[in-house]
Amino acid sequence: MNGKRENLLPLYRDMFLIRRFEEKSAEMYALAKIAGFLHLYIGQEAVAVGCLAATRSDDYVISSYRDHGHCLARGSDPKKVMAELFGRATGLCKGKGGSMHLIDAERNFMGGYAIVGGHLPLAVGLAFAIHYRKGDQVVLCFFGDGAVPSGQAHESFNLAALWNLPVIFICENNRYGMGTPVQREMSLYTNLIDRAISHGMRAEQVDGMDVLAVRDLMTRVVAAVRERHHPYFVEALTYRFMGHSMADPAHGVYRTREEVEEARKQDPLGRLRETILRSGCGSEVDFKQLEREIDEVVRASVTFAEESPFPGMSALYEDVYADH
Amino acid sequence: MVVTYREALNQAMREEMRRDGRVFLIGEEVGYYQGAFKVSKGFVEEFGPERVLDTPITEAGFTGLAVGAAMTGLRPIVELMTFNFGILALDQIVNNAAKIRYMSGGQLSVPMVIRGPGSAAHQLAAQHSQSLEAWFCHVPGLKVIAPATPYDAKGLLKSAVRDENTVIFFEAQLLYGTKGEIEEGEYTIPIGKADVKRAGSHVTVAAYSKMLLLALEAAEELSREGIEVEVVDLRTLKPLDVETLAQSVHKTGRLVIVEEGWRFAGLGAQVAESVYAKAFHSLDAPIVRVTGEDVPMPYARPLEDLAIPDRARVISAVKQVL
Repeated sequence: MNGKRENLLPLYRDMFLIRRFEEKSAEMYALAKIAGFLHLYIGQEAVAVGCLAATRSDDYVISSYRDHGHCLARGSDPKKVMAELFGRATGLCKGKGGSMHLIDAERNFMGGYAIVGGHLPLAVGLAFAIHYRKGDQVVLCFFGDGAVPSGQAHESFNLAALWNLPVIFICENNRYGMGTPVQREMSLYTNLIDRAISHGMRAEQVDGMDVLAVRDLMTRVVAAVRERHHPYFVEALTYRFMGHSMADPAHGVYRTREEVEEARKQDPLGRLRETILRSGCGSEVDFKQLEREIDEVVRASVTFAEESPFPGMSALYEDVYADH
Repeated sequence: MVVTYREALNQAMREEMRRDGRVFLIGEEVGYYQGAFKVSKGFVEEFGPERVLDTPITEAGFTGLAVGAAMTGLRPIVELMTFNFGILALDQIVNNAAKIRYMSGGQLSVPMVIRGPGSAAHQLAAQHSQSLEAWFCHVPGLKVIAPATPYDAKGLLKSAVRDENTVIFFEAQLLYGTKGEIEEGEYTIPIGKADVKRAGSHVTVAAYSKMLLLALEAAEELSREGIEVEVVDLRTLKPLDVETLAQSVHKTGRLVIVEEGWRFAGLGAQVAESVYAKAFHSLDAPIVRVTGEDVPMPYARPLEDLAIPDRARVISAVKQVL
């Protein structure tokens, strides 16, 4: 698809929101306003934004612990997301989930899950429910390369393929499972899609730093899965510019500064920005305005979070069980 | 109407699947094989393979699938061929099913039943003879049921299917063929209520599942010696009905707890703590536990007999507290 006529600024806007939101989160973490584990999505924005641009609002989305990007790309209110990171009562999950467990049921964003590989069976279950009710939604299931060799992933691939369930497994291959490079994680590491193919699934690779490539592939994949109800596996080749979590440096331990700098040349925001300027569908003035607008959204999310109350003590025992 | 425990479970699931299209059964051999222990006999014929799903041998995968389906409002019944294999699904049960409601701040629920046989049968050896109910009772967010009679099995399974939470439902291979009276037609039994199965005034014996039958046999024998035992069937292990236990202890002043699971950190330790907290001043003697031995289950028959509570040990425990 060419960008000549189409307005690509909304895609840039969505990616820029994630970028700024994540940068602000890191800042708030340094100020101890956010605690626990914080896994940033910076560098991978094109995957979430490109994929979600191809979905319908009633499709299901499920993710791992690196979930801020998917949640924001799904349209969740940045204020509620930031408030959740701050552990406040106004957060998406009333402050009980935190960074790794963002859930927005209203948007069919079924959550972030923090046991590697553990949410893939849930994704298959969401797809099973669609199939059971004879619906035409699809499920987008995001996970990293680190989840691919896990047993639960393979059980999920097999069940989805065996029962023709409408789930799209989106592997964000950022080349590292925490600090272990993919070539030390898996015997066959150059094409992760081979694994999916061996389960009888259709599978494709895409440049995960190119939001238009991701969106175009996903538009085709979503349509195919919606129509024919079979699973699909997409491997998005991407890179995280930051450490695995805030506890992990961006470079120095398991990868070099040069490697990270090289990857940053493929920054998905920079690439789309160039495309937009070249195609003429947006100008420097547009970017300035859009960036000012997003900065304000992110600032407002922090203000909202800071001014929100912590959960009351009575919340401790609420929602352990459905009946009280 | 007298039916087997197996038939009672079959009726409960059949009635619930007839009244609610959201209920489906999933597990190994539940369909065309009619269930490894024939609990789902006739199901695939009546409900079709869309609602009675034979799975590959992948407990984590299909239990997780059921959790995902339950998150959208379906009501899965997962049959574990035995709870030993459920160990493979613990991540799904403990990290997902039990926590999703809480982590989501009440946005999502996981209404499902995970059922199958626990405990030892006859000489099935270490990996097929385990009573793991204490593990599940330890986890906030789960309810745990272990009925001993066909009547309770049917009424409690129906309640479990209708519950909004994840319910772990323990059956036992040696109970499937046992018989008992059930009510004709529709009935349910509330989760969280113990039941006095035999009234007595001298000693309370608390038990559940297979051990309840042992407790009743012991009570019968002791009665011939003039010792009247009150037998309390816990039925639901979590939430525990401490009130009924305390009432019985107020009357008898003595308590013996019988469980098949391992002694160390076993369920009876919790039952004792709960009763001490609620009825300490009514107790005339320390609570005594009769438990399984802290060993992997041996295969050889004489050793297996040693590892599992028997009538003689229950009787001796009752005499100890008197």
